[in-house]
Amino acid sequence: MDISQLLVTLGGLGLLAFVAWFFFWAPHRVGAATLTTDGVQQVDIQVKGGYSPDVIELRRGQPVQLRFHRAEDSSCSEELLIPDFQVRRTLPAYQTTTVELRPQHAGQFEFTCGMHMLRGSLLVK
Amino acid sequence: MNSAPIPTSAPVAPPAGPAPATGPVHTATLAIEGMSCASCANFVERALSRTPGVQSAQVNLATEKATVSFSPALTSRPQLKAAVEAAGYHVAEPAATSAAGHGAAATLATDEDELAARKARGYQQLRQRFWLTASLAAVIMALSMLMLWPAFRTRVPEALLNYVLLALTVPVLLVGGREFYVSAWNGLRHRTASMDTLIAVGTGAAFAFSLVATLGPGLLRQHGIAPVVYYDTTATIIALILLGKVLEARAKQQTSAALRALLGLQVKTARVVRPDGREQDVPVAELQVGDLVAVRPGEKVPTDGELLEGHSTLDESMLTGESLPVAKQPGDPVFGATLNKTGAFRFRVTQVGAGTVLAQIVQLVQDAQGSRAPIQRLADKISGVFVPVVILLAIATFVLWFDLAPAATRLPLALTGFVAVLIIACPCALGLATPTAIMVGTGKGAEHGILIRNAEALEKAYQVDTVVLDKTGTLTLGQFALTDLQPLPGYSEATVLPLLAALERHSEHPLAAAVVRYADGQPAPLPSLAATDFAAVEGLGARATVQGQAVLLGNERLLREAGIELPPAARQAAADLLAQAKTVLYAAVAGQPAAVLGLADELRPTSAQAVRELQALGLDVVMLTGDNPQTAAAVAQALGIKRFVAEVLPQDKATQVQQLQAQGRVVAMVGDGINDAPALALADVGLALGSGTDVAVAAAPITLLRADVRGVASALALSRQTMRTIRQNLFFAFVYNVVGIPVAAGLLYPFTGWQLSPMLAAGAMALSSVSVLTNSLRLRGFALKQ
Repeated sequence: MDISQLLVTLGGLGLLAFVAWFFFWAPHRVGAATLTTDGVQQVDIQVKGGYSPDVIELRRGQPVQLRFHRAEDSSCSEELLIPDFQVRRTLPAYQTTTVELRPQHAGQFEFTCGMHMLRGSLLVK
Repeated sequence: MNSAPIPTSAPVAPPAGPAPATGPVHTATLAIEGMSCASCANFVERALSRTPGVQSAQVNLATEKATVSFSPALTSRPQLKAAVEAAGYHVAEPAATSAAGHGAAATLATDEDELAARKARGYQQLRQRFWLTASLAAVIMALSMLMLWPAFRTRVPEALLNYVLLALTVPVLLVGGREFYVSAWNGLRHRTASMDTLIAVGTGAAFAFSLVATLGPGLLRQHGIAPVVYYDTTATIIALILLGKVLEARAKQQTSAALRALLGLQVKTARVVRPDGREQDVPVAELQVGDLVAVRPGEKVPTDGELLEGHSTLDESMLTGESLPVAKQPGDPVFGATLNKTGAFRFRVTQVGAGTVLAQIVQLVQDAQGSRAPIQRLADKISGVFVPVVILLAIATFVLWFDLAPAATRLPLALTGFVAVLIIACPCALGLATPTAIMVGTGKGAEHGILIRNAEALEKAYQVDTVVLDKTGTLTLGQFALTDLQPLPGYSEATVLPLLAALERHSEHPLAAAVVRYADGQPAPLPSLAATDFAAVEGLGARATVQGQAVLLGNERLLREAGIELPPAARQAAADLLAQAKTVLYAAVAGQPAAVLGLADELRPTSAQAVRELQALGLDVVMLTGDNPQTAAAVAQALGIKRFVAEVLPQDKATQVQQLQAQGRVVAMVGDGINDAPALALADVGLALGSGTDVAVAAAPITLLRADVRGVASALALSRQTMRTIRQNLFFAFVYNVVGIPVAAGLLYPFTGWQLSPMLAAGAMALSSVSVLTNSLRLRGFALKQ
């Protein structure tokens, strides 16, 4: 093994470790809903290559307004799915789309893009 | 289902103004323009709330809409508009004014139109980018090919050509590939990776290496690396991926065609008859419950209601799939979006907006298309980690080739393998496999009056091996028919039937109607006789004078009270009919017993065919009936049913379903949505047989809008075909990736010396998701029996 092979091998192993950590073990951004005066839990979610915040804490039994602002035109994020609430919605680019639901049970409910690449979850307590 | 979505029309804000509530409250939706922040929204909300007569106002900044509840006696829409304009904002026209909860369907259609327009624009731009990229890629490819021609290579210096290729590739990256790089970068900031990440890294690596080889070829040569450029690869990959996107966008449009067609059924205006008799065209969104609406022949019914004046036949096929026009007379329900064929009529509005059958169907189809099939879970889990895993595999490929290949070829082999792995991997095919088939399948069902509530119902229906049919109302019409007419000595059917028909024409009893239908259905027309002195004797029957003779038709007591004694022959005939669970009537003419009549619930004309169709699908058909075993056996035989359970009480139907399930059967229960609700709920799949009106009532997983048992076979066949499509899609998507990635990594190279070109990988990737979509779209051609 010559020096360049050694460098490529070490660099490759380091990159493998970094990629695995970056996608699988790095911490998520958690967001909590703000409560409006009329008891609606509102959350603003930015959609740009992903959802931020991507973990949203909600209280059960209270109405929820998820306001997805899609700040890009990449087709990956054009559809929003929240299967547990039977939601399939098209998010127009550079616009805010409000999704209303009322979680009745505690639990973790995933939301994803149309192809399940981008994901986030609703943490109902 | 963990929760219920809130109806979007639910008022969220509490009453904000102190306005007195007198009379009816109307709700208006105003489209507000010019708001840029939350404080603007608050300002508009306050301005509206302060307007006299406004009970509550809620402004949504996101949708740019204000929802205002107001008393029409105190204020009006123009005044609300004025209040918003006084606050410095603008109201966009037109918008819907309506009773509370109304207008949801109309809004849905508008939103859908707007979305469609946006999508169309996006598609146009995508096409333009594709054509530009493809043209540049073609030039780049041709120039790169020329380099292989020795005569050309000796005349043109390689360095110069590389600069020319670089100049041509940069626009490809900026115009065609920009979307991928931007999206990949945005994704990385969120620690997510998508297909764009793979394309960006793959083409980025090829371009970066080529750039170094162009700008500093000496640098590479120093390290013993040939300064090869991959501009053709970079440009071709981007062009092919864009081609895939163009095809995908076009196919995706078609997956939701059925829903768009349903939305397109909505009528825009209605002709309202004012109290002074004047007819006025108004937008459908402004219709109120109780309005009187006129419909002319050839026009569509604007909303749901009850027919008041006139009669006509209506084509309801767009809602129920029933191809025969339906006759309507005063008192009958009419439904929005159906087509008036022959007569002019007026109807009273009973439902508007979200309450109409059409809006409920649209909502149901939308919900179904948003649901997730259990079969998808594995694919979802895989898509979640797919892209990072592919990146890991690509890095490993690079390292392995670099370490194992001979020094002269190791870098090209490593780089080619790295790029090919990234490019060939297609998470889209996995992601599209299930939802596209569900969208097309549920849409296809809706076109034929088969409403599938969710993807889980589709999947369960696929596994069904036993179909349980309730006899009354499902296999039968739930309507009596005269089945036996036994004349007593001294009479014949020809002499007695005209008399009975004349009498029963005056009666409104369902049994009387059966006698009249029987008489009218005779091959030779009966003499039409007049009846006088008609009297209905409550609970007993009816009497009248026909041709000067007293005619009686009713139960035994009617005759006994008239002092008429039944002969033994009549008693025997009655006993036989009763043994067949039939209803018995006695007729007397001029004080003498004349005939014994047997009536029974009539079988649907299509039931026998439906049973055959179900059996042809390999399903075991079981009939449940409250009849005695002999009658049940006779009915079962007439329909070709081998298994039946007789003397089942209505409350025991659910137990029967459970018993079948205990035998390991997957049971589909078919019944009407209301009486059979417990059995429908217990069955693996419940199919409610409706009649166009009870979309919401039937909470069954599958609702058949047309009251025809043949729909059961169609629904089950459609479910099977949809599931088959999903399985094919998933199989293809899995196999494509499982085979494609190792081949791209160069698995075949040690044996065959062949390595997959990244350009071929891009072609395969572009075709893979299109193949899945095309396979789903094939469902549109699936022939449903009518």
